[in-house]
Amino acid sequence: MFLDLNKLCCRRAGRLVFHDLSFRVEAGQAAALRGPNGVGKSTLLRQLAGLIPVAGGEARLGDVSLVRDRQGFQEQVAYAGHLDAVKPALSIGENLTLWAEIHGNDAARAEAALERFGLDIIATRPAAQCSAGQKRRLGLARLLVANRPLWLLDEPTVSLDADAAALVADLVREHIAAGGMALIATHVELGLGDIPTLEMTPPKADAHHQDDPFLAGSWT
Amino acid sequence: MRAIVSLLGRDLRLALRLGGGGGIGIAFFVLTVILIPLGVGPETATLARIAGGVLWIAALLAALLSLDRIFQADFEDGSLDQLMLSPLALEQVVLAKCIAHWLTTGLPMALIAPVLGVMLQLPESALPALIIGMALGTPALSLIGAIGAAITVGVRRGGLLLSILVLPLYIPTLILGARAVEQALLDLSPWPALGLLAALTLFSAALAPFAAAAALRINTR
Repeated sequence: MFLDLNKLCCRRAGRLVFHDLSFRVEAGQAAALRGPNGVGKSTLLRQLAGLIPVAGGEARLGDVSLVRDRQGFQEQVAYAGHLDAVKPALSIGENLTLWAEIHGNDAARAEAALERFGLDIIATRPAAQCSAGQKRRLGLARLLVANRPLWLLDEPTVSLDADAAALVADLVREHIAAGGMALIATHVELGLGDIPTLEMTPPKADAHHQDDPFLAGSWT
Repeated sequence: MRAIVSLLGRDLRLALRLGGGGGIGIAFFVLTVILIPLGVGPETATLARIAGGVLWIAALLAALLSLDRIFQADFEDGSLDQLMLSPLALEQVVLAKCIAHWLTTGLPMALIAPVLGVMLQLPESALPALIIGMALGTPALSLIGAIGAAITVGVRRGGLLLSILVLPLYIPTLILGARAVEQALLDLSPWPALGLLAALTLFSAALAPFAAAAALRINTR
């Protein structure tokens, strides 16, 4: 298993976000995704989660192609974005148990994940009372009930305390030790040591890459 | 299958808990119908004649009231992204959400409708047509509504736009539902109208999950 990006392009509303992105993550490897704000890190992760269409190029996970078999690709991916998908009206335990069941796991799996994130003692509390950090922990705990080989993490340590940030690093290390992969967009040091880094840079405003005649400047 | 049941259970719990808005549609339905005799006057003949239409119009509006919650909350808190990555097909997710919406609006309305019908002086002979019609027709309201809800999911204050999109599509359900009651009132068979109502529900059940899922995929880009 490996993740291979080959000249991947992304376009949103006619604007080119990035183009010709090539990168490779092997099984048992975590990679960092870095770059200035607005360069398209989150967009790339959403694209690899199959939520944004591929404008050109190819992404493959083993022999599954994102372009040709999006459903199959999505079934290998766990995505933790900026939104934690926490329902305030449900308790913390109910929130995670639901996702465990949707992913075909039982409640015991959810309990173990809650314990790992230190949420087990407050599992019966309504999620509406969670702090931002607790919500983020709950969002990340979903990774543990989904058993997917590729983790796509979008700034996972935001609003986490130092202990929880170290825990995230531990979990990523365990995940890759078990043969998994992780692609992590971040601005901070994750504590994962020297891992391969995909450095994203803004695309040059280039008429060649613009489909939209107005954005390409042909109206002037 | 277990995953769908879990999702359905979650949506029901969310609708019934505080802020879910499950009971609000029903309360709106009851209040609207109660207002009619106050506005139209208490004459038995007039009320009985308009009862079927009034109940159905109130049901459409009450269903509309809670439609925007079908996908909006999940879209805003990121649950929709996670559901798209889940082993469930998005079409199954849509169907589960439609069933949850129907169980919390359409079904209770079908159960309360005979009581309100009696209040509107609807003769006993017309009540079965009302109950069966509501039970057969209200799933179509949830299903057709889900398409509109999926299209407007990213729009701020999309509820108004949703009404404008969806209300015209509710016309066949309204005509057939009210027609069944009227036929029963005139001692004619309501079954042709009820049969067509069931056909309408089946047609929307076949179409809505695919249409709504396609709209959701575009809106989460």
